[in-house]
Amino acid sequence: MATDAGLTTGQLEDRTAVRVERLHRSFNEAGGVLNGLDLDIAPGEFVALIGRSGSGKSTLLRALAGLDRDVAGHGSIDVPDRVSVVFQDSRLLPWRRILDNVAFGLRGRDARRRGEEALAEVGLAGRERSWPHELSGGEQQRAALARSLVRDPELLLADEPFGALDALTRMRMHILLKRLCAVHRPSVLLVTHDVDEAIVLADRVIVLVDGVVSSDIHIDLGERRSPGDPRFASLRTRLLAELGVEDDHEAIDTQDRKAAS
Amino acid sequence: MTTLLERPTAASAGPVVDKRVVRRRLGPGKRIPFSLAIGPLLLVGLWCLLSATGRLDPRTLSEPWVVVETARDLIENGRLQDALQTSAVRAFAGLGLGTAIGTLLALVSGLSRVGEAVIDGPIQVKRAIPTLALLPLLVLWLGITEEMKIVTIALAVMLPVYIHTHNGLRTIDGRYAELAETVDIGRPQFIRDIVLPGAMPGFLLGMRFAVTTALLSLVVVEQINATSGIGYMIHLASSYGQTEIIVVGLVVYALLGLAADGLVRTIERKALAWRRTLG
Ligand SMILES: Nc1ncnc2c1ncn2[C@@H]1O[C@H](COP(=O)(O)OP(=O)(O)OP(=O)(O)O)[C@@H](O)[C@H]1O
Ligand SMILES: [Mg+2]
Repeated sequence: MATDAGLTTGQLEDRTAVRVERLHRSFNEAGGVLNGLDLDIAPGEFVALIGRSGSGKSTLLRALAGLDRDVAGHGSIDVPDRVSVVFQDSRLLPWRRILDNVAFGLRGRDARRRGEEALAEVGLAGRERSWPHELSGGEQQRAALARSLVRDPELLLADEPFGALDALTRMRMHILLKRLCAVHRPSVLLVTHDVDEAIVLADRVIVLVDGVVSSDIHIDLGERRSPGDPRFASLRTRLLAELGVEDDHEAIDTQDRKAAS
Repeated sequence: MTTLLERPTAASAGPVVDKRVVRRRLGPGKRIPFSLAIGPLLLVGLWCLLSATGRLDPRTLSEPWVVVETARDLIENGRLQDALQTSAVRAFAGLGLGTAIGTLLALVSGLSRVGEAVIDGPIQVKRAIPTLALLPLLVLWLGITEEMKIVTIALAVMLPVYIHTHNGLRTIDGRYAELAETVDIGRPQFIRDIVLPGAMPGFLLGMRFAVTTALLSLVVVEQINATSGIGYMIHLASSYGQTEIIVVGLVVYALLGLAADGLVRTIERKALAWRRTLG
């Protein structure tokens, strides 16, 4: 913070797309879900957010998306004007055809054309007139991606967007998302529970523990990242340790041993 | 290619092996073709038989052929058309008015908390009073007029439309509202693109009930001091013991009901195409 003190706000805006300061959110008196969280995301930066189930990832994302009207808390949030959200479910409106879903809420005479382009970008050209339920899960999620990108977002928020997909489809979605982000250059905050996904996609992985960012790791693995890379493996081990997965293994092991004896 | 491949298999003379393990069927099994028509035809057959053998006194129920003849006469002298027109106008005017009011109230009460506080209570009270019980009051207020009949039908129709549309509105998945918030649309567009299509299945279900209700109310209002319409025709025939005219009137009521129901179904098929394809 001290280094930022001398900068004017204009310069600040040049460097950060998202700035979250001392964010608190709680659902009951017992304890906060977010406890003074700070987070900066640079323009065009891809940040993956991991954390245990119930650690508050979705809570943070919803706060950034402006969807937590009724949640108690305080702190400051700065996000760009154009924010798109991709949910875990595709959330296509079942009564609108795919193109109408993608172009939903777009204004201007070229809305349809832009929708068609976005669909082509995610490999769904020709499916404009399909109903959502006629698409496979992966295709639905691609349509949802098209719907968020067609708005030309400065910030893309995604909450486990590939969580419901099979491993193979998920890998193809990773490649697609990477390519689209390289073209559109939004800042991205991707919530995931998949450490590999985080390492493959992100410039930076942050770990959420006890309502704050407990670690913030830059991923310098270059463009082609393979899980076979030893650096990849060591990153994974480190992140899993941050999540306390090893401890869990031990705990389960000891439990098992106890149960067996 | 595939069609070519399939043909020899279908035409092959050799014994086709079809060995399966089949469980005892618990469901009712395959549909009988034209099953819907079988029951009514049997009844008509029975009616013919009883009339022909003289077991059925014409004063209780006229012979089927007399009914057909009467229908032809009524059509030829135009009485049936006139009566049908009067009744149909009443029914559809009441249906239209009631649907409009019911839908409007459901929207207001479904979309605003104030609206709900003001509207929902009275509707629930109204629900407890059968509309037909209000008839004496309506007769007093509006006299024995066409308006009275239409208003009565509309009041009865309003309820199912309101209840099902309101329910449809309230059960729209909140996640769609959330999506709408993230794509930055205003309230008018939210209502047009999320609320109305989302409530459509409920509304159409309400319409199915509304059609039945409209017909029921029509029958009742036409029994009371009417001077025209199918109900009046039946009423008159009843005084003279002309069962054949009564039967013709009943058939016309049935046709009216079937026509209205068919109309709703057609609308349903069109409006819910996105859902129908689910199978
Ligand atoms: N609407 C709510 N009402 C009450 N408690 C809530 C609500 N939403 C979340 N919580 C609680 O807040 C905590 C954080 O929830 P959140 O959904 O942010 O977790 P998460 O990190 O996204 O978990 P997951 O990986 O399972 O999605 C959880 O303990 C949860 O029970
Ligand atoms: Mg979550």
